[in-house]
Amino acid sequence: MAASRASTPQELARQLSWNRRDFIRSAAGLALGSSLLPSSLFARSGVPVSKRKVVVITFGGGARDQETFAPEGQENIPHLMRELIPQSAFFTQVVNRGILGHYVATASLATGVYETINNFASLPPEHPTVFEYFRKDLKRPASDAWVVAPSNGFNRIGESSHRSYGPGLGAKVILPKHLLTAATSGGGTDFEHLLRDNYETPFYTPELSGSEFELQQLGNLLKLSVDDFKAHALTLSSPDELSVYIVRQLMRQAAPSLLWITMHDIDIAHAGAYSLYIDGIQRTDRLCADIWKTIQSEPEYAGKTTLFILPDFGRDSDDDSGGNGFQHHRTGDALSRTTWMMALGAGVREGVVFDRPMESTDLVPTLGSILGFSAALAQGKPIPELF
Amino acid sequence: MLPSDLKPEQFNGYPPEARKLVTGHVAVLRRLPLSFLPSLLREAIEYDFKFPAERRALEKELANLDSLSADQLKGWLQGFAQIRISSQLEHSDWINTPAQFVEQLSSYLWTTHQLDAFRTAALAYAERLRAAVPPEKPPVARLGITIIGQSVTANSEPLFRKLRPHGAYFRAVKPENGVPLLLNLVAARAKAHPAPYAHWYIDGGQAAAHDPALTCVSYRALEPVRAALSGKIRAEIERPGMGPENLRTVLAQLRPADLGLANSADVVLDRFRVKMLTEGSGTQIFSTTFAQWTAREVLRRAQPLTLLVRFAPRQRQKPMNEMLSASHEVAELDPLGSLIDADMGAYYNWLNLQRLPGAEQSSFLVWFEGHNEAMAIGPTLPRGTESTAVTGLEQLLDWAS
Repeated sequence: MAASRASTPQELARQLSWNRRDFIRSAAGLALGSSLLPSSLFARSGVPVSKRKVVVITFGGGARDQETFAPEGQENIPHLMRELIPQSAFFTQVVNRGILGHYVATASLATGVYETINNFASLPPEHPTVFEYFRKDLKRPASDAWVVAPSNGFNRIGESSHRSYGPGLGAKVILPKHLLTAATSGGGTDFEHLLRDNYETPFYTPELSGSEFELQQLGNLLKLSVDDFKAHALTLSSPDELSVYIVRQLMRQAAPSLLWITMHDIDIAHAGAYSLYIDGIQRTDRLCADIWKTIQSEPEYAGKTTLFILPDFGRDSDDDSGGNGFQHHRTGDALSRTTWMMALGAGVREGVVFDRPMESTDLVPTLGSILGFSAALAQGKPIPELF
Repeated sequence: MLPSDLKPEQFNGYPPEARKLVTGHVAVLRRLPLSFLPSLLREAIEYDFKFPAERRALEKELANLDSLSADQLKGWLQGFAQIRISSQLEHSDWINTPAQFVEQLSSYLWTTHQLDAFRTAALAYAERLRAAVPPEKPPVARLGITIIGQSVTANSEPLFRKLRPHGAYFRAVKPENGVPLLLNLVAARAKAHPAPYAHWYIDGGQAAAHDPALTCVSYRALEPVRAALSGKIRAEIERPGMGPENLRTVLAQLRPADLGLANSADVVLDRFRVKMLTEGSGTQIFSTTFAQWTAREVLRRAQPLTLLVRFAPRQRQKPMNEMLSASHEVAELDPLGSLIDADMGAYYNWLNLQRLPGAEQSSFLVWFEGHNEAMAIGPTLPRGTESTAVTGLEQLLDWAS
């Protein structure tokens, strides 16, 4: 115990770094990325910038190393470990220096700026989102950028309040639970297990506004009847499964070039039941692999899509007496701020691990470099190891 | 208003003992930064309802602050002095509602990216305080017992994985009469070392028969309180403009009488029980969370000599509204999921026991109820070992102490 307890945040951060090096050793067959020369794989991938697609999955809400990539946690993520990691460039230290609330942290990931909006209010991000940069710079239609989000609180994530961007330039947002509520006219106890919302503040239901997807568009755009949607929903076991079902439909019918999927089942941890937290991680692991398989099997995506998977942040350390371990993400300690990211697919070197610290705000500029837009107001920088 | 403007009569709204304590230290309170003082007042305003260990710690902290020269105080609180505070916070009623101030301060620190600086200042202060006022050693080595897995008939998953490196794992424990045996042992300790709130029994279900020398909190006994709380929550969330932060404030202000606990003779324990439900997350819906959180708070606040925690099966996961509705239907239980929750809970109980003074002498036992598996941790027990010898629970406790 004494040997593993760090007395200062700096010490803990150093220790975390060593734990991550241990991970590198335990994940067989991976090379240390810093020993490789730059490859410019994106340039040599043969996919023109205008044809490239990007899918981002936030592995939410919040998972710790010890239940995921640390040696004792790897049993919870068999799909990521065996199927996706060997094909990916893996970044072991992604630091989130912003507010550790799911909505505001996801908004920060999507803008490349540490947003300071109220986590529990129905507010748009204050800085331009990746969707606005993408659509404005590349003159893409609204149908080319989509968000599928789990919680009704995420309905404003698609576009910012920034005066140079904002209304009309963002992504369409689908809230599958909201759709299901509308499809069942708010009733139907058979669907209640899919309508769990907002684990951190279970009593709060934000008002919906913004560019959310309407029920009537199910048929028009996703070629899905309300009855089929309801019938399939009955076969699913969690809100994130419902999201992934909608994602597949969206990829087949609309094939957006920029698709952002926010998972949330893991955040049941706030209720304090460790078994349910682990169930959430295992389910998210399986769903990430399902999405990767869909990417590889859909002609519009196969061979030209880069997939990014990253948690929005971690959760509190067991060693911090100010928190209660996995249950919350309130202490702001190094473990709750430090996570990982994997990139795989078109233009990404397979089976490499990068151990240097990077920030979660680096994601948007990186997507800009892949898709060919400028994230002019983002704080982060493109990740050089990917180019 | 700033701390330098404080006057004794501004504490007239405090409960009597808290008022006496605080007004005796107004001179030093005036010299504390606003980023620090309300956190201290948040503890002080609850003084009348605190456990003896907490009272002593607070008295010593105030006495220590009083004893510091102006230069020393500046050095101690340098980090806090550098925290910027909004004028809105400055003008709030931080004297009478310090907990609300601290909650708003937390939000403000996150928003203004000052949380890390605050955290560093808090850690530095706590370290200096520990050195200047060393925590009291317990009069007898502490004992923690956790019983997990009630109602589980068979389990194929390995247990105690996080605890095994720290003690001895026993595969052939005699389970007969285990619960009454352990309760009798902790009762004997309570009688041998009597002190208020020093020996606890927490049950995540229905409490078993136990000696009144033990302070007991059980999930089942609080069922009417949980129902009353659910009713209040439902009424509050229907009010216009009620957001999550407002609701948290309303819950934090609920008192035992508001939830039907008005006639008890033990106001300190009643206040504690209510706080477990109004301040804990998930404690209202999952008995495993209730047992773990209550154990954490007992260890942190009461610093007991003895703590026995028995986990019980929680209800199966359902939509949040349904779990909160306090329906009269019998909830479907999830014994195997509860075993995993409790296994982690046992690890947290041990970790929290290790945070108390005298940890190097403390002993800990976790037992899979009704089965042959147990772990014992103590100063003389070899770590990372395993035994298949047939052993009684009493013998394990003897070895662990």
